[in-house]
Amino acid sequence: MPDALLLLVALPYLGAAIAGLLPTHARNAAALLAGGVAVAGLILVFLAYPTIEAGGIIRWQAEWLPSLGLDVELRMDGLAWLFAGMITGIGSLVVLYARYYMSGEDPVPRFFAFLLAFMGAMLGMVLSGNLLQLVFFWEITSIVSFLLIGYRHQSAAARDGARMALTVTAAGGLSLLAGILVLGHIAGGYGLDLVLDRGDVIRADPLYLVALVLILIGALTKSAQFPFHFWLPHAMAAPTPVSAYLHSATLVKAGVFLLARLWPALAGTDAWFWIVGTAGMATLLLGAYVAIFQHDLKGLLAYSTISHLGLITLLLGLNSELALVAAIFHIINHATFKASLFMAAGIIDHEAGTRDMRRLSGLNRLMPFTARLAMVAAAAMAGVPLLNGFLSKEMFFAEALWAPAPHPLIFDLMPFAAVVASAFSVAYSLRFIHAVFFGPDPEGLPRTPHEPAAWMRAPVEVLVLICIMVGILPAATVGPYLATAVQAVLGTDTPEYSLAVWHGLNWPLAMSAAALGLGVALYALLQRHLAGIDGAPVLRLLDGRRLFERAMVFLAWRVARLLERLLGTRRLQSQLRLVLGAAVLAAVGAVLVRGLGPGNLGHSAIDPVLALVWLIGGACAVGAAMHAKFHRLAALLSLGGAGLAVCVTFVWFSAPDLALTQLLVEVVTTVLLLLGLRWLPKRFETAGSAASAPVTRTRRAIDLGIALAVGCTVAGLAFAVMTRTPPELLAQDFLARAYTEGGGTNAVNVILVDFRGFDTLGEITVLGIVALTVFALLRRFRPATESIEVPEQQREQSAYDTLQPDRKDGDTAADWLLIPGLISRLLFPVVCLIALFLLLRGHDLPGGGFAAGLAAAVALILQYMIGGIRWFEDRVTIRPLRWIGVGLLLATATGLGAWAFGRPFLTSYFNYLEVPVFGAIPTPSALVFDLGVFALVVGATALMLVALAHQSVRAHRALPRDAGAGPAPPSPLAGGE
Amino acid sequence: METILAIAIGVLAASGTWLVLRPRTFQVVIGLSLLSYAVNLFIFSTGGLRTGAAPVLAPGEAGTLAGYADPVPQALVLTAIVIGFATTALFLVVLLAARGFTGTDHVDGREKGS
Repeated sequence: MPDALLLLVALPYLGAAIAGLLPTHARNAAALLAGGVAVAGLILVFLAYPTIEAGGIIRWQAEWLPSLGLDVELRMDGLAWLFAGMITGIGSLVVLYARYYMSGEDPVPRFFAFLLAFMGAMLGMVLSGNLLQLVFFWEITSIVSFLLIGYRHQSAAARDGARMALTVTAAGGLSLLAGILVLGHIAGGYGLDLVLDRGDVIRADPLYLVALVLILIGALTKSAQFPFHFWLPHAMAAPTPVSAYLHSATLVKAGVFLLARLWPALAGTDAWFWIVGTAGMATLLLGAYVAIFQHDLKGLLAYSTISHLGLITLLLGLNSELALVAAIFHIINHATFKASLFMAAGIIDHEAGTRDMRRLSGLNRLMPFTARLAMVAAAAMAGVPLLNGFLSKEMFFAEALWAPAPHPLIFDLMPFAAVVASAFSVAYSLRFIHAVFFGPDPEGLPRTPHEPAAWMRAPVEVLVLICIMVGILPAATVGPYLATAVQAVLGTDTPEYSLAVWHGLNWPLAMSAAALGLGVALYALLQRHLAGIDGAPVLRLLDGRRLFERAMVFLAWRVARLLERLLGTRRLQSQLRLVLGAAVLAAVGAVLVRGLGPGNLGHSAIDPVLALVWLIGGACAVGAAMHAKFHRLAALLSLGGAGLAVCVTFVWFSAPDLALTQLLVEVVTTVLLLLGLRWLPKRFETAGSAASAPVTRTRRAIDLGIALAVGCTVAGLAFAVMTRTPPELLAQDFLARAYTEGGGTNAVNVILVDFRGFDTLGEITVLGIVALTVFALLRRFRPATESIEVPEQQREQSAYDTLQPDRKDGDTAADWLLIPGLISRLLFPVVCLIALFLLLRGHDLPGGGFAAGLAAAVALILQYMIGGIRWFEDRVTIRPLRWIGVGLLLATATGLGAWAFGRPFLTSYFNYLEVPVFGAIPTPSALVFDLGVFALVVGATALMLVALAHQSVRAHRALPRDAGAGPAPPSPLAGGE
Repeated sequence: METILAIAIGVLAASGTWLVLRPRTFQVVIGLSLLSYAVNLFIFSTGGLRTGAAPVLAPGEAGTLAGYADPVPQALVLTAIVIGFATTALFLVVLLAARGFTGTDHVDGREKGS
């Protein structure tokens, strides 16, 4: 059974993914799929009922981040069961309805994909056994509802409504997340059971109020409670099936679900009463009042939804257990009658072509069945006896009279407010019935109304039947389900309540009668004037939407522009100055605050040789800094000098691996930059240029200051670190296990390919990606116009060669390079052998895949440089992309190989292999991994260098200022792949 | 020795920073290379400066820090060197493409005032 929970949540997403892949107009297939998923969900829910009824809780759990105590947990108790039942049950009906409502010309599979995803999100939310997980699904409902509301994205109203709903509910979601984090902090965990169990601790905590307010903002925005109610009417731009689903059983019920879910943990305080109760009461009255003055059927239903949600919220806010029962009961009742009313409104819209109550009239004669159904549902909404709305309203009246309130005045006012709100609701329900179905025959409607397809009406029939059944036989129909849901919140000692139609002559009954009478009178009074009134009197000024839009314009436009003007810059240099300045200040600030005493290690004696090396190295660094603008070659050589000093330092301080790698990298970097210089036009120093301007001088002085400050800070920091005992926990462990467990004597290499092999895998992946990026950038490379021409030397040599009858073009260069070429060709196998040697000995002695790969790449690039691209590629074909691919696959496969033996990814295996002649050879699986590293480094390095080198033999187009002047000629490198 | 190395790191960092703040792309590429030297040396130095103690064990031995230099910073720096090369290559190619595309080698892609 627990796995069925997972299925219940996963099935809708699976369905959504499949629906998304269906052809655009596969309306029937998508509807069948969605219906199948929804019905399957409903069956799963009902299969779970026996367990739930017995008071059991079904759980499904999987570890997610056990180190942080975070699990993925699905948990179904009575309350979750009830909601899951509504979500799948009404979901099934909505799918059936939508099949007939949606036009075949719309991309219907997309609609059903969103609908299913939404169903999955709602199910995930109500079944969450962990509060953070609940927030996660909560956010998904916000996002998917955005997509659903904005389904008709051609219409500006749909886009605006969707955006507003998302902004409000997602902002509330963020607040909810913050609140849940605080709540989890108070309770000591995010598990739902734990939090519900620790209600007393939570309510006594000083942070309780913070958590409460943040969580309530989330719940109240979602349930469209005042003052966040304004998004809901605008969400009516959604297709009607969406409204029927989102605003009856699902989206807006998420907020009240959360209130009910956390009721045991959070309710019971005065703060809860005031915030939740006031919001609920205000929403109840305001929604009902505004609903009377709507002309659009869906607008009326939207405000009525707001009002009924206010009623549920108010009941939850009363801190009374009986009120909680009433709230849950009303959640069920509202879902049934409101879904059927939305569907009926949709049918009317579908058949008559308008939803404007001023134009509709007398439909009772044209579509009698639908009219009857809508009338019953509207009567349930108004709270007419023998229908379900009446029962929960009676309970509400009883609570308004007798619930304990923290202030006596509330006592006195609440019954009156309740009656007034009910009278409003009677008035708007009456208007719905009277304006649409009675009166003279309609004139000038876009279509002639008639009864819809029978299947389109079927969902309404089912729902209305439920309204009547529950209304007449409450205890026999909804009773057990309500009881299980209530028990899940309140525990076993639930208060006595009676689900009966007739409780005798008592105050609530009198209040019901008064509300009905008042409502009818109110409608009779207003009826003639309603058509002429635009918007609700008095409250028209309080237009939430306009406030919202003004706030959005202010935030997203004015403030953003102001901040950009004040703080933004598009100049890299200013940004870097800020970053570096801030870094220096942070370091200096830390030293000032925490102090920096002398270290605990003595200095070692200064060796004059290394001092001399760094005298040269430092001079090279400064030289590079000075000449990088006008003398690029000199700067490049200086850079190499500094690199060599670094290399010597590595050798000096016991890091042969580093020295080897550094040396090889120096070679390839220098070659690379030299190749790049060819495409960078010369820059000539001109006397008296801008350099002498005062502005420039000041800027340079500032930069010099920053540079010196950074240098001094880093030097000081380095000195401080070096004169302290280094942290050794990790190193100790690695050194001790390098040979005994890793099977290699070279600890650095064992760390790279074994202990931290996963990091290395990530690093070589990055290397591969960078190489591919370089390759891709160069395929469409368009050099500077100034450097397209063949370089001067080459031009002169070519001119000389072509003039001489006995010479071919390129002979001069070949002559010059005759001896180096010969030597380099002879060296090629030698360098390759060295690379192989470095690779094989890497596990035990300095070397390894990185160094070997670089060495092999050097061997290749040497041939390119001396022999020329054409000469070398005529003889040898290298496929760097394959090297990269093979390397990555080898390294990953080695890691995966460990799975075959039931070990974690990248566990290495070590053994000695007896090979004739050579004797015992260590063969760790890490060697294969290192082979992968090697192949990838060869491929990546060669790919970058060769791609750059190839630019010299490509024909470049001049002046492609208007980009897209045609594809670049294919690179020989790309052609080979 | 600590002093020498600290000054060396400082000089590399200062030269690199100066270049990174310059307006020409090639200067920035060279500057980033110098900065990466400084950073690599700095990370390397956190393991402490040891001479004649390369972390290459004798076969069969469980090494200790008393006998060998700290291999962890070395492993970190080794990959950093290779990745540093890759980023230099990437910067260089972006530089060249930007030069061809914008007609200037200013880091903002346009000369000041234009």
